[in-house]
Amino acid sequence: MTTEKKSLREELGSLLGAQLVSVQERLGELTVVVRAADMLSVLTLMRDAEELRFAQMVDLCGMDYSEYGDGAWEGKRFAVVYHLLSVVHNSRLRVRIFAEEDDFPVLASVADIWPGANWFEREAFDLFGLIFTGHPDLRRILTDYGFVGNPFRKDFPLSGHVEMRYDPEQQRVVYQPVTVEPREVTPRILREQTYGCN
Amino acid sequence: MPEIKNYTMNFGPQHPAAHGVLRLVLELDGEVIVRADPHIGLLHRGTEKLAEHKTFLQSVPYMDRLDYVSMLCNEHAYVQAIEKLTGIEVPLRAQYIRVMFDEITRVLNHLMWLGAHGLDIGAMTVFLYCFREREDLMDAYEAVSGARMHAAYYRPGGVYRDLPDSMPQYEASKIHNAAAVKKLNENRQGSLLDFLDDFTRRFPTYIDEYETLLTDNRIWKQRTVGIGVLTPERALALGITGPMLRGSGVEWDLRKKQPYAAYDKVDFDIPVGVNGDSYDRYLVRVEEMRQSNRIIKQCVDWLRVNPGPVIATNHKFAPPGRESMKQNMEELIHHFKLFTEGMHVPEGEAYSVVEHPKGEFGIYLVSDGANKPYRLKIRAPGFANLSSLDEMVRGHMIADVVTIIGTQDIVFGEIDR
Repeated sequence: MTTEKKSLREELGSLLGAQLVSVQERLGELTVVVRAADMLSVLTLMRDAEELRFAQMVDLCGMDYSEYGDGAWEGKRFAVVYHLLSVVHNSRLRVRIFAEEDDFPVLASVADIWPGANWFEREAFDLFGLIFTGHPDLRRILTDYGFVGNPFRKDFPLSGHVEMRYDPEQQRVVYQPVTVEPREVTPRILREQTYGCN
Repeated sequence: MPEIKNYTMNFGPQHPAAHGVLRLVLELDGEVIVRADPHIGLLHRGTEKLAEHKTFLQSVPYMDRLDYVSMLCNEHAYVQAIEKLTGIEVPLRAQYIRVMFDEITRVLNHLMWLGAHGLDIGAMTVFLYCFREREDLMDAYEAVSGARMHAAYYRPGGVYRDLPDSMPQYEASKIHNAAAVKKLNENRQGSLLDFLDDFTRRFPTYIDEYETLLTDNRIWKQRTVGIGVLTPERALALGITGPMLRGSGVEWDLRKKQPYAAYDKVDFDIPVGVNGDSYDRYLVRVEEMRQSNRIIKQCVDWLRVNPGPVIATNHKFAPPGRESMKQNMEELIHHFKLFTEGMHVPEGEAYSVVEHPKGEFGIYLVSDGANKPYRLKIRAPGFANLSSLDEMVRGHMIADVVTIIGTQDIVFGEIDR
């Protein structure tokens, strides 16, 4: 298993070289970071190159790093994480691509490389407000019709902004600002890594 | 007056064949489908966002509610992701218990699928047969966890408790008198393992019953052969996994190719289809039930003779036993910290996968070292499978939409999350 991983890492290095911003291997998983400008050529190569053959894009995940480590994050805010699978070589690869601008995150769509990415990109657009240029049909997918906002961004509250109720006077369903108090049962605690390891 | 050729039709979300809350906007040319646009998200509960606001342990029961017909497989992927990041060793007995319950879950899921798929196409009896066997397996769930469906049985580091020595019994009522109840309880006199052993002996004949009803049935074949054909290349490109991918002839099963838990220690085969149509996917799933039965049998035999711990002893992640907690200060502190603050998972990211009954179920867990996940992404197999619906139904008749929805085995708990 480890020798295979090694060779995958070497293959990536020899094929892509300078186009990889960083290559990291942890817990038996290989992660590469690619610049947004190079993403289409790099991902197409990952799909087609005989040594890689990542024919399947298993998962596409939007990320918002703004509160990572309680403010310790210094990189770009938004990223998309692709999980690729090669059925031929039985290998997996994680590719992370950061969006250049934090205010208006834009990436290229990979729906032409893997048609299965279509809905995954719609989901990232819906939940994080990431724009995918070249996507055939970029609509909201999981949230309600007419929903406002990007619920999975870290600055979006868990209880949301509006609630819905039936108004007997107007005899229809109305939206109003949320009335529930935000409640945290267990606070989020970030301790130093050596805590309790004496 | 212009001649209107194509028209659109709304299907669902309250249609019984929509398997929950699928809304389809179908563009039709006569009775032929030109385009299908699934509208999903009607069951979106924001599980991933909720998990960011809960400790790691508090999210375990949410996993049951994703794909609510294969509960323990979802949990398995989640606890495995935590175990990967923390590096906890899972005792071998717990791994076998997990494999056994994963396979029970697979049988439960496939029975539900077979019953519903049959009912969609017009075979009522299969549904009744399938639910008869589901009852036995849900009793196994109940015996081990106390809940028939939403078990919340797996824990990071193992399982909640060891297998019970007794089975729940039927009680006499207006419908069943004492004599009838005695007969019903006959195979419930021993332990859970005895009950499952008896089940694995009975189950192959039950599968034969379903196959007698369907496999050579002329109507069944007319409704499924050649419907929703997927080529292997296209299935891979569309991100399809699990029995749907295998139905297209790709021999890909994570239990064999990237084994987890104790799957490398049990013996089973991977069924593969040839034509990639709905009928082949049916055959693949039926054969998977037979293979699952084999695995359950092997696990029962192993678990009988190999007692041992079922949860890790690292009390930073797994709670100490009740007794030691009441005698030992150290254990009491661990227990208190674990249930007030929760475990701290080291900073990092992990993608853990299981071969879920519907395909590749993945949990992408990002932790920044806090007591809650920073981001939890659920890779639901049904989401990718359903996204191929448009392509699969094009050119088919409207009645075949129901077959194709059925053959995709979709459950909205996981698709909408």
